[in-house]
Amino acid sequence: MADVVIVGGGHAGAQCAIALRQQGFEGSIVLIGRESELPYERPPLSKEYFAREKSFERLYIRPAQFWQDKDIALHLGCEVVAVDPQAKLLTLGDGAQMAYDRLVWATGGDPRGLSCPGANLAGVHAVRTREDCDLLMGEIDGGVNKIAVIGGGYIGLEAAAVLTKMGCHVTLLEAAPRVLARVAGPELSAFYEAEHRTHGVDLRTSVTVTALEGEGRVSGVSLGDGSLVAADAVIVGIGIVPAITPLIAAGAAGTQGVEVDAHCRSSLPDIYAIGDCASFACAYAGGQAMRVESVQNANDQAVCVAKAICGDAQPYRAFPWFWSNQYDLKLQTAGISLGYDATVLRGDRAARSFSVIYLKQGRVIALDCVNRTKDYVQGRKLVEAGASVDPARLADADTPLKALIA
Amino acid sequence: MISFTIVDRQGRETQAQAPSGLSLMEAIRQADVGDLEALCGGSCSCATCHVFVESFDLDAMSGDEDDLLDSSDHRSAASRLSCQIRLTEALAGLRVTIAPED
Repeated sequence: MADVVIVGGGHAGAQCAIALRQQGFEGSIVLIGRESELPYERPPLSKEYFAREKSFERLYIRPAQFWQDKDIALHLGCEVVAVDPQAKLLTLGDGAQMAYDRLVWATGGDPRGLSCPGANLAGVHAVRTREDCDLLMGEIDGGVNKIAVIGGGYIGLEAAAVLTKMGCHVTLLEAAPRVLARVAGPELSAFYEAEHRTHGVDLRTSVTVTALEGEGRVSGVSLGDGSLVAADAVIVGIGIVPAITPLIAAGAAGTQGVEVDAHCRSSLPDIYAIGDCASFACAYAGGQAMRVESVQNANDQAVCVAKAICGDAQPYRAFPWFWSNQYDLKLQTAGISLGYDATVLRGDRAARSFSVIYLKQGRVIALDCVNRTKDYVQGRKLVEAGASVDPARLADADTPLKALIA
Repeated sequence: MISFTIVDRQGRETQAQAPSGLSLMEAIRQADVGDLEALCGGSCSCATCHVFVESFDLDAMSGDEDDLLDSSDHRSAASRLSCQIRLTEALAGLRVTIAPED
């Protein structure tokens, strides 16, 4: 029996345990992680770790000693397969049971797989865990050079950037008419498409993947127009499926994620859900129920729950922010652009320093800032204030955004 | 190994050691001081590794670091992002204070 059991050893789970101790929680804490690694930072998997600029040890969220010192029991390489919310009992993959007083579900998601023929061939990779990355890096060391990246979201684009720098031949295949279609406006998509092509990526949009070809190991990707892209390896970066099956089976409300209220509470008693797997009414997306897949959200929801468990419940209202590094481009995003009805371009795309500002009914709701940190910092205040600003003034790069805050 | 002192948000002091080459952010994280969030992992994309460093002659900060520090309500003349400070022998004896949460 543990006072708090946290399921998931990623950013959200680890931060929840850390925050509980920071808040002075003295009860027992168990952190259950499916991977056998100590909690580590995931974003560098498609960036510095992948590029071998950072060793794995440098990604640990805390050193091994920390978990011992803080009396946080790590159960790694261990999966929860069933939850009994009445008995407050978990069943683990090996059949063992564990009782909890309060449960924090922080399982994140599994990489969405392809459903086409050949999806399970050797040489088909996700980029979600250290193991995924190490496998792919090992193959590259073994001579793999032609790589097809399926999916033009941030993971796919970041992977394409690193692989191209490493000398691989990369073909990037996106089903939508533009990359980043789910999260950004066309101005940003067009810019990143051009950048990747300049760096040698064969980037194709509006293409459908019909099959992965190969005998035992992948050798190519068949497309809907009948053509074949030769590939020694394939990276599939088409999003995640939230890892919520045991909790939903236990009766928790939710379909695309565990539904939680403003305090990250699920519909089941004493069970919270946080991070990538939690669906909540997002104050920065007009109250729309959504999952927010980011380190910021994982971390801040973890802190929200830790405080609630310690008797200081505050509704979750943390400001959403994101980042992505590709080549020498630093993208920083403030807010959530979902539902925008107009965009303003600020700065100079040719000089590779510009921002796309997203408006909804005249109000600034988000910014994508490329090599333009000042806009990111100052624009964030406009989003927080829900400011209505004349688009012409937003577009005037000589006027600092902070001068536009009423 | 380089010795330095960390002052956490409660004012408690921790003596720490770290090899040169790490960033100050990584060194603080390895030292078992739980306060530092450092959410972007050291890519100078956020300001959650904000610290105060007094009376040390550090390398000048980049424009990005300067801009990000502007997002903090607690910025002072001693403010730095700890991920942007590379530990070297010249920093032995450094005293670093973790900035309040924004």
